Order: sequence, then structure tokens, then C-alpha cells
Amino acid sequence: MSNTAEIPVSDERIKKTPAWRKALIRPELGGICGTIIVFVLFAIFAGDSGMFNSQGILNWSVVSAQFMIIAVGACLLMIAGEFDLSVGSMIGFAGMMIAIFTITLGWPVWQAIIVTFALCLAIGALNGIIVVRTGLPSFIVTLAFLFILRGFTIYLPQLIERKTIIGGIDKAAEGDWLAALFGGKILKGLFTWLGDAGIIAVFERGNRAGQPVVDGVPMLIIWALVLVAFGHFLLTRTKFGNWIFASGGDAQAARYVGVPVNRVKILMFMFTAFCACVFATCQVMEFGSAGADRGLLKEFEAIIAVVIGGALLTGGYGSVIGAALGALIFGVVQQGLFFANVESSLFRVFLGVILLFAVVLNTYIRRMITGER
Amino acid sequence: MNPEHAPLIEMKNIEKHFGSVIALNGVSLEIYPGECHCLLGDNGAGKSTFIKTMSGVHKPTRGEILFEGKPMHFEDPRDAISAGIATVYQDLAMIPLMSVSRNFFMGNEPEKKFGPLKLFDHEYANRVTMEEMRTMGINLRGPEQAVGTLSGGERQTVAIARAVHFGAKVLILDEPTSALGVRQTANVLATIDKVRKQGIAVVFITHNVRHAMAVGDRFTVLNRGQTLGTAQRGQITPDELQDMMAGGQELVALEGSLGGTV
Repeated sequence: MSNTAEIPVSDERIKKTPAWRKALIRPELGGICGTIIVFVLFAIFAGDSGMFNSQGILNWSVVSAQFMIIAVGACLLMIAGEFDLSVGSMIGFAGMMIAIFTITLGWPVWQAIIVTFALCLAIGALNGIIVVRTGLPSFIVTLAFLFILRGFTIYLPQLIERKTIIGGIDKAAEGDWLAALFGGKILKGLFTWLGDAGIIAVFERGNRAGQPVVDGVPMLIIWALVLVAFGHFLLTRTKFGNWIFASGGDAQAARYVGVPVNRVKILMFMFTAFCACVFATCQVMEFGSAGADRGLLKEFEAIIAVVIGGALLTGGYGSVIGAALGALIFGVVQQGLFFANVESSLFRVFLGVILLFAVVLNTYIRRMITGER
Repeated sequence: MNPEHAPLIEMKNIEKHFGSVIALNGVSLEIYPGECHCLLGDNGAGKSTFIKTMSGVHKPTRGEILFEGKPMHFEDPRDAISAGIATVYQDLAMIPLMSVSRNFFMGNEPEKKFGPLKLFDHEYANRVTMEEMRTMGINLRGPEQAVGTLSGGERQTVAIARAVHFGAKVLILDEPTSALGVRQTANVLATIDKVRKQGIAVVFITHNVRHAMAVGDRFTVLNRGQTLGTAQRGQITPDELQDMMAGGQELVALEGSLGGTV
């Protein structure tokens, strides 16, 4: 229609939005600033401690990647309007299941991994179905699963093997095609070349003399990057991503326009379980064992990373890239304190402070977006 | 009202019971293309139940619904939407944290192929959103602007524009003006007028007689789950409508003491 000229172009009651405010209305902003601050601080206070040589980088990258894997799941689920407090217990449970299947039942490792993934996805779906059907807060439903799964993780190995840590999985996993996807390293050639070229450190004596100290990129880091890329793509570039935002923003409004809210939420619970299972499998392959206390408190660390990344606890808003940066901040600070010779219990203090800061900032941003006062 | 047109929707003796509660007790109504049909009634009169029956949320306990002359059986609201019956709910039209363009295409996301993948076509969504908003007289700063920054009237307008864009033949508006200020109400009423002129039937639910008189072609009053008849524009005065809504006497007494301000 051609009557556009009659409409006044600007409204005198709307102030021009300054550029900094526009920049602030990006969920990743807090994560980006935090990352820069953390790197600058540790470059100053721990720059000469080996934190930024190849071994140091690998050290905090692996820790960050662990946080990232569970943060991606928690992030998408939180944007869809739900929580999963059973992530940590799920990690312990999944690891223990792989161990029991492999060691006690003597299954090939690939079979143990596939069955464990199926089991975890089913539990994730059950979480989701209970939340969606009963309308109960996911906080309570998944809190129940936190205890149920942890209880089984402690009980089953004691019943079957009379111990709480089951080892020997590394031996069983040797040469297994699927285990290599979680426990192996890639780009070994590149690192050998880098070592030969003198760019990264090599062993100077012993039977590995001449080989690079860091001999490849662990699959854990590849999983983290792939999951972040997948999550970001899904959320911002697809129809399903729009449904995730809509389900968390206002489930009823979304239902009225035909968004399958229940399906979206259940799938996100399953994706969170999938991420927890990836974490658990990588961990089991790395350590060669499964322990009953693995994954303790991971659910909260995932949620904190997501909140630092700019997501709102109430759902409908957030960013996977932000959550990944939150996880990076986490990993760098946890390991950086060690490199900087600071008492490591101070890490928890830092966590609490940064969480509080992030939540306050997010609330402010939310008011700005929705125009509430 | 337009004898040359067949009614779009005919609701015949609709009854709806919730357990022992009779929410609707034999309501009949016809809706024609291009008319604004006002459904008036006090709180609890059964307006919401009635429109939810029309839009497929509830199934009637008794009675028949004809859509374009054929009996219709909607399993859920999605069926009604694809048949062309769109409902705009007062508080639940839009999601404040999402951008106008993401809201506009919520549930109807346009997709483009990218290799084997199907992507949300943001470019198309943004362009159409800006065009449609300009048509409705809302100037957005940009398609990425969050709905939360729009006024209540603008949100209703976006929701109406969305329903029209996706091919609604019947637009049900559930109390679109009840929470709005004077200017915003005028904007929404103007939007209703624009939509009606495109040949779309508008069902306008309100308990404000003045808003109804401003745009309505026909008026149906619901009281305690029953209709008190349908009146044409010009055949009924605002006072008569008001009395019918309140069920007669009580309001007459009240109005005396309030000096005719209700």
C-alpha cells in the first residue's frame, strides 16, 4: 500500500537509542567482556607461570571444554524455559553404566556407549514428559532425578562389583572405533610438526624425547566446539530455534499460534541428557574408570556458565555463544588460579560473586528490552 | 446483513457444559465476510467459552458449527488456524523478549534451503514484517526491535497484522481494547476497520459498549450463557445494549446513583 508517506517517521516521545545501549542488548556482551577481563588479568598475574604455553593452554582448554559441553544443553533448555538439575547425576550415572556394561557384562565398548546414550536420552525424555504433563516446575522434577540417579550410581556398582569405582575401561576400549570418538586425539601430525619446528615445547629427555608435550587435540574439545556450533546454529538459524525462544518466552502464546511447545521442551530435556552423556563418555575414556561421585555439582556449574553467558533464568532469552564464553571464563579462572598460585578454594568465592553480578546485569538488560520499569 | 453473501460461520444452538456447570446454553450466531460482529457480555457471560468453541479450543457439548456451509470438526486450534480462523488473545498475543519479526512468523517460520539444511529465512521475515507494520501504521526502528518495547495497542496491531498476513478469513479478537488507553484504543479500532474492509470477518469481543458502537456492524449480547438476540447497527442504542449486558434492572438502579456514567 502506498499510504506510508502520511505516517510520521519518528516519534518525539522516543529517545534515540545510544549505540552502547544497543550493544548491551546482546546476550553475549557480558560473556565477551568477562572473557577479555579474565584473559588480561591472568596474562598479567600468571603470564610467566606456563599458563599460556602449549601445555597450559591444553590444561584450561580441556576444563573449559568440559563446562562448554554441559553448558550448551543447559543453555538451550533454559531458553526453552526449563532447568535440569539432574545433569551432574546423569554424568555419574552414564559413566557408571558404560563401566558396568563393559566390565561386568563384558560388552564391546561401542555397544556399551550406544546403549548408555539411549538410556540417558530416555531418562531425559522422562524428565521432560513429567514436567510437561504435570505442569510442575522442572526445578522440582529434576531435583528428584538428581537424587534418584545419584542413588543408583552409588548403589549399583556396590551391589555388582562391591566397589564405588570401576576401572579397566581403558584396556577394554583399545582399538574400539566408537571409544576413539570420545577418548582419542586428533591433529597429531600437526602437533608433531609444530614440535619439530620449535613452535611448541617437546620432551627433552626420556623415552619420548623429541615428541611434543602436547601431542594432539583431545576429542573432548572437538565435541565442545561441535556442540556449541550446533546449538548456536539451531537456535539462531532454524525454525526450531524460534520455537525454543517462543516456548520459553511464553508457552501459552506460543501454543496459540501452533508451536508444539511440549515437543520442544521434551526434546531439549533429551538434548541436555545427550550433552551430559557426551561429557560422561569423554571422562570415562580419559580416566579409564567410572566413579560414583563423578559429575557432582556439575548442574549448577552449567547453569552458572549459562547465566554468565547472558541467558535469563526465566527463559526465552539467551545465547549459546554466550554460554560457551561463560564456560571459557570458568575454565580459565579455575585453572588460572592454580597457575597464579592462589588458594583454589577462592574459585568458589569468585563463582558466587560473578554469578551475582551476571544475574543483576541480566535483570537490567531484560528491563531494557521489555521496556519495564 | 449481506444477503448476497453466505455466512462464513454458523453456530447453531451451541451448548457447552463443564461438569455440572452449563457455560453455554444454546447460543446461535452467524458471521458474514467483511462484517465486524461485536460479541458483548459481562464477565462470566460465556464470551470466552463461546469464542474458544469457535476457534477449536473447546468442543461443543451440543449444537452444530458450519464453516463455509460445511460442518466443521476441529481437533485443536491448529486446525482452526489452517482453516482461516485466527484468534488474538489480549495478553497472550506476543512474546515481549522476542523481536517483532520473530514474533510475526512464530509458528509459521519461512524457510530457505541451504544445501541439505533448511534455514529460518530471516531476510524474508524482516522484510515482510517491516512492510506489514508500515501498512498498519506502525513505524518500527527495525525488525529486530523487541516486542516488549511496543505499546499494548501496537502489540495488538502486530498480532492482527500477523493473522491477516497468514490468510485469516475470520479474526476473533478477545477484548483487544480492555487494557488500553484512549489513543491506543483508537488505533486498534482503526485497525479493525482496515481489516474489515479487506473482506475479513471480525468477531470483536468486548464489554465496552462505546468501543463496540464505534466499529460494529452487528451486536450480539450474551448473558448467563444465552444470547439475548443480535441487533443491526442503527437498530439499537448504546443504553439498550448496556442494559441487555447487565441483564436489566440492577444496572438501572445503579445508573441512577452514578448519574449515567457507566
